[in-house]
Amino acid sequence: MAEKLTVLNPLGYPPKITRKALAPRLSTLEGKTVYLVDCRFDDSDLFLKQMQAWLAEHMPGVKTVFKPISSVYLQDDPTTWEEIKARGHAAILGVGH
Amino acid sequence: MTIEAKYGVPTIAMHTDKFDKVARSVATVNGMPGLRQVFVPQPIMGKTAQQLRAYVDGVDPITGRPVMQEVIEGLTQPIDERELGAIAFDRSTPRLVPADTAENLEQVFLENRWTDMLPIVLPTEERVAKMLAATKRKPEEVVGRMRSTHFREYWEYTVEKVAVNAVMAGARPAYFPVILALAATGVTARGSSSSAVAGMAVVNGPIRNEIGMNAGLGAMGPYNHANATIGRAYGLLSQNGQGGSVPGLSYMGNQGNSYGYNSATFAENEERSPWTPFHTQHGRAAQESAVSVFSSVRSTAFTLGLPEKHWREHVEHMLRGMDPHGPPTLLLDPIAARQFVDRGAFTTKELLIDWLYDTARMRASEYWNYQLIQNYIYPRATFGEEPWASKLKAEPDEMIPMFRREDIHVVVVGGESNGYWRMMGCNYQKTVSVDDWR
Repeated sequence: MAEKLTVLNPLGYPPKITRKALAPRLSTLEGKTVYLVDCRFDDSDLFLKQMQAWLAEHMPGVKTVFKPISSVYLQDDPTTWEEIKARGHAAILGVGH
Repeated sequence: MTIEAKYGVPTIAMHTDKFDKVARSVATVNGMPGLRQVFVPQPIMGKTAQQLRAYVDGVDPITGRPVMQEVIEGLTQPIDERELGAIAFDRSTPRLVPADTAENLEQVFLENRWTDMLPIVLPTEERVAKMLAATKRKPEEVVGRMRSTHFREYWEYTVEKVAVNAVMAGARPAYFPVILALAATGVTARGSSSSAVAGMAVVNGPIRNEIGMNAGLGAMGPYNHANATIGRAYGLLSQNGQGGSVPGLSYMGNQGNSYGYNSATFAENEERSPWTPFHTQHGRAAQESAVSVFSSVRSTAFTLGLPEKHWREHVEHMLRGMDPHGPPTLLLDPIAARQFVDRGAFTTKELLIDWLYDTARMRASEYWNYQLIQNYIYPRATFGEEPWASKLKAEPDEMIPMFRREDIHVVVVGGESNGYWRMMGCNYQKTVSVDDWR
């Protein structure tokens, strides 16, 4: 019978997770303003513009605003988030990788 | 996640399908397991408008449901408790692994992805205690925090955790202060970037000779115990200290990077260098021992010596071969270093760096067309951040600097079997004292 060894666990210590609530959903997008937020990575702007075109064709009652973030996606962008909160009702962010 | 939680705006996060596991994992560890995410095929980059429209008209490759249906439902369907999901998964880390045979424990370490897939030395209490005896620091003292990418959470590690990983790497106790200093940088050697990055570590000062590190022949290869195991320990402590480096989940490097096996760890050849040691350029005294870390090690270019007639052009072409988002650190054999002194009268590293900065230029239109410049630099330039904002004003055919001067570095390493030298595309991060961790 081989000897049993006691060894130490190499993993570090994770932080405690605090659950954050999602925002309440809208009952409909009709008559609402949806921001298409470009994270400015690769060709995400081109993709979001296609999504914007789809919404114009299929849901003309939805107003869309194409909005590039202020800098690189690694930085928080409170100016843009404040604008969306003040002038918009929902957001589509893309394209993450 | 910020716009949902802090600003209360219902949001859909779009990702490409290769990132489904990592995107869901990041949402969970940030406290939003129910974040509504929709996936489209990879890649977005380089696709035509028609191809991207097909993504929009098509289905989410993860769920098989229409993309736009998921988007609209994600913004309008109410959230229920089940969707929020539980966050009550185990987030503790036990000190010990349940006792077992050596063979079974090696399998446990492998299956948990606590290794670099090579055999390890099992970190028994006795071995870890011997490692801990090589520093005056207490086992429970926190050394630092790391994370694999910007969006992940920081994990924390103690002196004992670093010792465990040092034992696993096969390091000797005498190397432990260097390994602790590497851990104290907080710079991961296991970055998750899809660009497949590795770390690089350069050791300076008396510790190099005290522990028998190699700065000469074969210094960057698998020929020296200290170089090999210190570098391996840096990689292992990074992946375990930050809570993992698992492909598809917490590692997304598309091709991987074989420098990651020992994080390109070596000593500078101070004795044969015509210039001042690297650590003295970064605030440390010559008699002090220190380690300097570089991230995003990816690209290399090489040549032999500096031929008299066209050496300037040769170096210029090497610089042009680097991605402008991967600035060069020159790794010069002492023969090549002395040739730079002889050919260009670069009597200091700083003079050489000045020349490299002036020489590395390309047309502005070409510079701004690089994908990584578009992703990471152009957005900063458009909002006025220098020096890029000024570069943005250049005419398309104007020759502009590829790099910032402060991002170009020079290190001397090699055994003078010939004057080969290379440029390593990477980012210098910081220099940390080794003596503080003895």
